[in-house]
Amino acid sequence: MDADSLLLSLELVSGSGQGLSPDRRASLLTSLMLVKRDYRYDRVLFWGRILGLVADYYIAQGLSEDQLAPRKTLYRGAPLLSPQVQIKEETRLVSVIDQIDKAVAIIPRGALFKTPFGPTHVNRTFEGLSLSEAKKLSSYFHFREPVELKNKTLLEKADLDPSLDFMDSLEHDIPKGSWSIQMERGNALVVLRSLLWPGLTFYHAPRTKHYGYIYVGTGEKNMDLPFML
Amino acid sequence: MEDLTSPKQEKENQEELGEARQSWEGKTAASPQYSEPESSEPLEMKQGPETGRQSRSSRPWSPQSRTRTPLGGPAGPETSSPAPHSPREPSSTPSPPAPPRQDLATPPQSDRTTSVIPEAGTPSPDPLEQSSDKRESIPLHTSQSERNTFQQSQQPKPHLCGPRDVSYNNAKQKELRFDVFQEADSNSDCDLQLPAPGGSEGAPSMLETAIQNAKAYLLKTSSKSGFNLYDHLSNMLTKILNERPENAVDIFENISQDVKMAHFRKKFDALHNENEMLPTYEIAEKQKALFLQGHLEGVDQELEDEIAENALPNVMESAFYFEQAGVGLGTDETYRIFLALKQLTDTHPIQRCRFWGKILGLEMNYIVAEVEFREGEDEEEVEEEDVAEERDNGESEADEDEEDELPKSFYKAPQAIPKEESRTGANKYVYFVCNEPGRPWVKLPPVIPAQIVIARKIKKFFTGRLDAPIISYPPFPGNESNYLRAQIARISAGTHVSPLGFYQFGEEEGEEEEEVEGGQNSFEENPDFEGIQVIDLVESLSNWVHHVQHILSQVRALQFSIYQGRCNWFNSIQKNEEEEEEGEEEDEEKEEPDYIEQEVGPPLLTPISEDLEIQNIPPWTTRLSSNLIPQYAIAVLQSNLWPGAYAFSNGKKFENFYIGWGHKYSPDNYTPPVPPPVYQEYPSGPEITEMDDPSVEEEQAFRAAQEAVLLAAENEESEEDEDEEDDYD
Repeated sequence: MDADSLLLSLELVSGSGQGLSPDRRASLLTSLMLVKRDYRYDRVLFWGRILGLVADYYIAQGLSEDQLAPRKTLYRGAPLLSPQVQIKEETRLVSVIDQIDKAVAIIPRGALFKTPFGPTHVNRTFEGLSLSEAKKLSSYFHFREPVELKNKTLLEKADLDPSLDFMDSLEHDIPKGSWSIQMERGNALVVLRSLLWPGLTFYHAPRTKHYGYIYVGTGEKNMDLPFML
Repeated sequence: MEDLTSPKQEKENQEELGEARQSWEGKTAASPQYSEPESSEPLEMKQGPETGRQSRSSRPWSPQSRTRTPLGGPAGPETSSPAPHSPREPSSTPSPPAPPRQDLATPPQSDRTTSVIPEAGTPSPDPLEQSSDKRESIPLHTSQSERNTFQQSQQPKPHLCGPRDVSYNNAKQKELRFDVFQEADSNSDCDLQLPAPGGSEGAPSMLETAIQNAKAYLLKTSSKSGFNLYDHLSNMLTKILNERPENAVDIFENISQDVKMAHFRKKFDALHNENEMLPTYEIAEKQKALFLQGHLEGVDQELEDEIAENALPNVMESAFYFEQAGVGLGTDETYRIFLALKQLTDTHPIQRCRFWGKILGLEMNYIVAEVEFREGEDEEEVEEEDVAEERDNGESEADEDEEDELPKSFYKAPQAIPKEESRTGANKYVYFVCNEPGRPWVKLPPVIPAQIVIARKIKKFFTGRLDAPIISYPPFPGNESNYLRAQIARISAGTHVSPLGFYQFGEEEGEEEEEVEGGQNSFEENPDFEGIQVIDLVESLSNWVHHVQHILSQVRALQFSIYQGRCNWFNSIQKNEEEEEEGEEEDEEKEEPDYIEQEVGPPLLTPISEDLEIQNIPPWTTRLSSNLIPQYAIAVLQSNLWPGAYAFSNGKKFENFYIGWGHKYSPDNYTPPVPPPVYQEYPSGPEITEMDDPSVEEEQAFRAAQEAVLLAAENEESEEDEDEEDDYD
């Protein structure tokens, strides 16, 4: 979620139960601002919180102008000392974040658009999804370089708008049903939760520009998903 | 020309202020290669054009200006009067030439003035260009000069009629045929009575014709969509001028798309909005009812309040503490839940109630309230279970009587362990759930041991509908409401803790009951509890105790594993012995130990430091809520075994809470249990055992043997006959 709208976003995500305590929130706001200034990022996202046994990691990501470029990830927390393990905790943390991002970071359709020159930009005319669109999985894309697009048939590709539909949609995620879509507060908020990486919550208020995702969890994939559906 | 609407007027304005057309060759609509407006010319003139310029993502202007310099020359005299004085108001430029021009100039001018303010111009490089600037400024600021072509054309063309191409630039990008305009521009002069000093050739009639052709082309309706370019462009420009987005030229295509889509949307809006907004209004209505309920009861309120004070917990206070720990549902949501709980306590005779937590589901979530009814107020349906069991027994007996000849199966279903009485063990509390605050509360049925046993073996997501079936192996006896209840029981048993000393055993329980009960059942609050230091609570797990009875796990595994799944040991030994007597078979399956050791769970109020680890992961994690201000921090306990279970205490107060999917954590992946081996139901004896068919040799041997016998018999007969014959002789 965007650092600028952190408070609002946290309020909207609260339905999942895990949030931030007031002192954390206050300190995060400050530090995210500082990060933005120091590293000169275009946008800073608060990615989420990975719960550890002893302490938690707070992760932030910085985006440059090109939204799809590789992001810089910053973390704050106390790394565990685990001498017996071969891998450093830091490496493991980074790889978990990367996995989660590649798998389940999502964005609504139309929020980014691609210019003919390559870089993707935030779409300033994005007014939010309509209610009927918001309930469909196909209106959400994975926030990463597309993998499945080339496999689409030509017929399907003809319907796509190349400036908006340049990422994979959630429709064809395997296993099917690995996303739970819910409307909260009547129809005023749509919340998507990933079942593959439990703890990933994405929210969007239809017809407004507010959307974002946050991960709060232990950083473990739910391999039992096929049994659980 | 004619009086047009202002956008049109702008266009026309720009038309007349034509420009170097050759530059158009290279232009491909909107080539945003030049980030900074080299078109600095208009700058000096008025900042207005800059607005336009910048919004157009800067076209290269300087070359244009260069090309236009000669233009500016002849035009100079007419416009240059105000020209050198760029700061002068925009309208000054057009004013001298011709009044009609002024008319046209006015509408853009007004825009210009407004646009002047936001943007400061970029430095204008060439004072010479100012004159041409002026001219161009007018069309510039309004025109979205996609055409950077200017830069390309270096040939000065004596087009006095201002940057007409600019006008066309902003007009459209792809659809326009530049050559058309080029021609028009080159030929036509500022036909709007702009005195074309020197540069303007071409008879007005040609110009007019050209313009009219161009306009007619623009007005041509598309065969596919029914729009025409002219209207579309006007709409777009209007929208842009109304909204004034930054860097409009960058999002120009999107704006164009939006305008087109808006046409379609209009017809649907009326219907769509109603359908879509209905659920929002519904839930708002329901929640409004929640807020109103307080006012409805006027007289009884005092009475109710007395009881309500005991029953209704202070949810907001607990929520505040949990928020310090970073756990919670948000203030609004919690308050609504609070009101819903109040509604629950008002409609049911409840002794005590607690907000247990929230379980997430696929389609909807569950809000769970833990409730203790007042004495004697339970509405339990105990009868149903027993009736069902009896029926089953009766049926099996009937079958046996009828089919006597069939071998009797000696399969006896393992006796169902009866559920615990209400108010004891796992059924100590009654649970109510609702999907959202405002919706009605539904009571969950009491839990049966069999359900808990199976619930331990499966792992399923909740859908959010209480009547959804659970399809799993082993098959779960019940639907989602039962599964939910079983998981709630497991979570409560595993994670409900309190600080040491908060509860103490009641004083009446003095006996040692080893045969039946595993330990004391009841506890009560300790009035002398003085609280424990928060630091102590964090540092040592032995300061916390479980106050919910542990659910017993399986007994020693036998072929007939008897799983308990309840807190109080159910003594089923006698019945087993009876069965043994009946059977009297020697099959191994029937062997049962004479005595099954009673499993004893950890006694109530065991410190949680005794909890088992899961593969080196401690079962609980403790934290202080805040490291920055430790004197007011609270102790937070987080379960690693049931992710999502939290408990807090500030020394005196404590509370438990659960928010999550409702599953236990297991470091290993889930594997469904293997189906049991095929059961030997019937005694295998010759009458039901299938015999092998004889092989060929056997058959032949058999036949040979039979023939031999026959032969022997015949021989005997023939001998006898012979004997008889002999006798006769």
